[in-house]
Amino acid sequence: MNKPIRTMAIFCMLLFMALLANVTYLQYIAADDLNDASKHPENRRVIEAAFSRERGAILVGRNAVAESKASDDKYKFQRAYSNPFMYAHVTGWFSYYSQSGIENTQNSVLSGDDSRLFVSRLVDLVNNASPKGGTVELTIDPDAQQAAFDGLFKNPGLGSDVQGAVVALEPSTGKILAMVSAPTFNPNKLASHDLDKVEAEDKKLNKREDEPKLNRAIATTLPPGSVFKLVTASAAIETGDYDADSMVPGGPSYTLPHTSTSIGNGGRSCGTDKITMTQALEQSCNTTFLALANELGQDKMLRQAEAYGFNDTSLEDLKGQAASVYPTEDLEDSYLAQTGMGQYDVRATPLQMAMVVSGIVNDGVVMRPYLVDEVRSPDLDVLDKTSTEELSEAVGSDTAHELRKMMVSVVEHGTAGVALIPGAEVGAKTGTAENCSECNDYAWFVSYADKDDKQVAVAVMLQKVQLSNAEIAGGKLAGPIAKAVMEAVID
Amino acid sequence: MTQQNSFLGFVHRRRRGAELFLLILALAVGIGAYAAVGLGVEGEVPADIIGYGGWLAALTIACHVVVRLTAPYADPVLLPVVAALNGLGLAVIHRLDLADGTTFARQQLVWMTIGVALFAATLVFLRDHRVLQRFTYTSGLAAIVLLLMPMLPFIGVQKNGARIWINLGPVGMQPGEIAKVLLVIAFAGYLVLHRDALALAGRRLVFVDLPRGRDLGPILAMWLISLCILVFQRDLGSSLLFFGIFLTMLYVATERPGWLVVGGTMFLAGAFLGFKAFSHVQVRVDAWLHPFDDFYGSGNQIGESLFGMAWGGLLGRGFGQGSPYRIPFAESDFIMGAIGEELGLTGVMAVILCYGLIVERGLRAALVCRDAFGKLMACGLACVLALQVFVVIGGVTRLIPLTGLTTPFLSYGGSSLVANWVIIALLLRVSDQARRPVPDLSNDTDETSDAETTQVVNLR
Repeated sequence: MNKPIRTMAIFCMLLFMALLANVTYLQYIAADDLNDASKHPENRRVIEAAFSRERGAILVGRNAVAESKASDDKYKFQRAYSNPFMYAHVTGWFSYYSQSGIENTQNSVLSGDDSRLFVSRLVDLVNNASPKGGTVELTIDPDAQQAAFDGLFKNPGLGSDVQGAVVALEPSTGKILAMVSAPTFNPNKLASHDLDKVEAEDKKLNKREDEPKLNRAIATTLPPGSVFKLVTASAAIETGDYDADSMVPGGPSYTLPHTSTSIGNGGRSCGTDKITMTQALEQSCNTTFLALANELGQDKMLRQAEAYGFNDTSLEDLKGQAASVYPTEDLEDSYLAQTGMGQYDVRATPLQMAMVVSGIVNDGVVMRPYLVDEVRSPDLDVLDKTSTEELSEAVGSDTAHELRKMMVSVVEHGTAGVALIPGAEVGAKTGTAENCSECNDYAWFVSYADKDDKQVAVAVMLQKVQLSNAEIAGGKLAGPIAKAVMEAVID
Repeated sequence: MTQQNSFLGFVHRRRRGAELFLLILALAVGIGAYAAVGLGVEGEVPADIIGYGGWLAALTIACHVVVRLTAPYADPVLLPVVAALNGLGLAVIHRLDLADGTTFARQQLVWMTIGVALFAATLVFLRDHRVLQRFTYTSGLAAIVLLLMPMLPFIGVQKNGARIWINLGPVGMQPGEIAKVLLVIAFAGYLVLHRDALALAGRRLVFVDLPRGRDLGPILAMWLISLCILVFQRDLGSSLLFFGIFLTMLYVATERPGWLVVGGTMFLAGAFLGFKAFSHVQVRVDAWLHPFDDFYGSGNQIGESLFGMAWGGLLGRGFGQGSPYRIPFAESDFIMGAIGEELGLTGVMAVILCYGLIVERGLRAALVCRDAFGKLMACGLACVLALQVFVVIGGVTRLIPLTGLTTPFLSYGGSSLVANWVIIALLLRVSDQARRPVPDLSNDTDETSDAETTQVVNLR
């Protein structure tokens, strides 16, 4: 019987080796994954530890917009947001139950678990000090952010229940200089150690119909309307057949192919037959861009939109970016024409429209937008600086130049006069879009400013304001907000 | 010739001194862990450390003395490893007690005392393990009766979905744990008598030599009844254990690997049918494949255990620094999760290696043992432990679906602790018999050879 006993001994050894291999996998290899709060939000151990540890700050300029302060209740540290409403959608919240925004995506750095903080952890271990989290510095320009925030929230023209978003980008790098979404909320209330209150607040926020937790700058896609005409114009000029002075179809109305529906220009002066492309953009002539979209065809329109970043996501520093949409399924001509003016299933986020303007200003090159500028150790040594990355070459530099000329002309002679800043080159495009016949129209305003090597591209979107549709049109409401943001950056 | 002589002349040393030294190390583990729990959780060495440590030491030394007197040649490693595991288990249960406000550790110490008493009684009264062979059918019947007891009204209790408990006045017990030992004895006694018939007589079907029904029948019936009872009681872990042990012992007795193939196939088929037929099996498998899908429901226990073990990492958080109390039933089935969290991968590996040592020592006793019954019984008992450890630790660490068994010597649970102490006593008894020097028969040999020399007989 000794042979089978030996066989059983080997079998038992295999069983034990399987156990040893499995626990090694579980406690060594898979452990990081299981201890990652962003992947396993139900892992209370990690959250409790994080609440008891000095979490790193989130910096804007030299000021911390989120930091951990010593606390003497059941956890050792309390997360505090110094400017909660203004930065709510950027920093996100750090609650016992969940995390969002930078708090979520940069969790490993802020909590101190990141591999880049290895040395700092080692020093803490040797000194028997409790480990501290690293610091994250954002690309946000505090003045621009303030201007954007004031524009949305301290603007008597918009009313108190305004819904909208402002995004500002630095065209040459892709840095996000401002990102504000309205309505907003107070992340301090979600970070409280009084868990019952946190749950109540969370429930209250989730129940609200205007979705204050939603970051409209990146997560809400709406028809971009006339601001999409910049994309249509890009596609047209890229063919080589057009430039800013080319004659394009104008006229008071355009009948959609194979239908009897006729679309006009809302009384703006778009000539009787042919007009220049510049005039078409200045006056935001629907007739021109409907015709151009149809003439270019869906392939070219789609390729141009995707070159600017449509149908994809690009922002890695925040979760929840919605892909802006240009339809990929075959369109009938009447619908294709409407995409030329940013209607019919074309949808864009404010960030996406800011990227379009950025690409135009940056010689046609769209940079990948980013929000985390530097990662620092608890002692503020720079550990990592985000390097800029080209996302795509949306248009050639000649095309970009023509488009810039035309956008300046929109400010100087056209619908975007409100954005004019003396002493700076300012280009803009206004937009009004409708989603359905009964609901409010959306106001869009995209612009850029260039002064002494300082550049900024801004997109403002107003989803719901306290005004009738007639008053929303044009750059009246959104324009001044964009102007204030641009001034904050270039001055 | 001389070589063979020297081999036959090899005498195992008693090594009781080595055992005593190892036992002191084991005590250091048990008492040290208890002190560490006090320091970690409450910031001071527990006030009752003297009383607790004294009692633990007294029990351990008592075991040692009993072994020294009744089984002087027994394996010196088994007892210290068991003492270390039991001490560590007590400390971990005490740590969970401090978090939950329970008093399981105190009860467990009482159970350990009973276990040690039975351990001593087994060694004292059972001077030769071959006596057990007489009780083949008695123990088989007793096992079935024990298994049936939880099904009886009044004393049977259903806990956590499995009806495997009986309530005897103040104490509850899991008769399945005792039945486990009895069944091994019954299998060993039966197989040792019928192994030749089982292996040689019978028909060949496809690849396997099927034995005759009259040879396999009784034991098959015994096994099937126990298996059915367990399946009916929804005790998946024990069903798996009993199936495995029957298969192992059949294979060892007949030396025919074909049994493993047949048994393995039957197991897979049975497992698949069970998965299709029983919703509670499906729940277990789901929780195994996707522990985080229903984290606040069926996956809670395994999920918290995984989080705890990951949180422990390589070296563990240290006693009192983790939150093992988050794992439901951490003191019984999921004690390895608690050890993984607070003592880390290092602690878990040490525990698994300790089990490995026990199993290896048990199988070694089986190898050295001179009689077939002792071989079979020792091998069966060692394999029971190996399988049980694999099923429970594998379940807790998500290697296999969770089935629910106690971790030998570590988990809170009286029946399991007592039964396992008896298993160790039986293994020590077999190993003592096996390592004891062969009685010197040289004089007899001389006489016989003298008697057999050719004698000249005068016929005239």
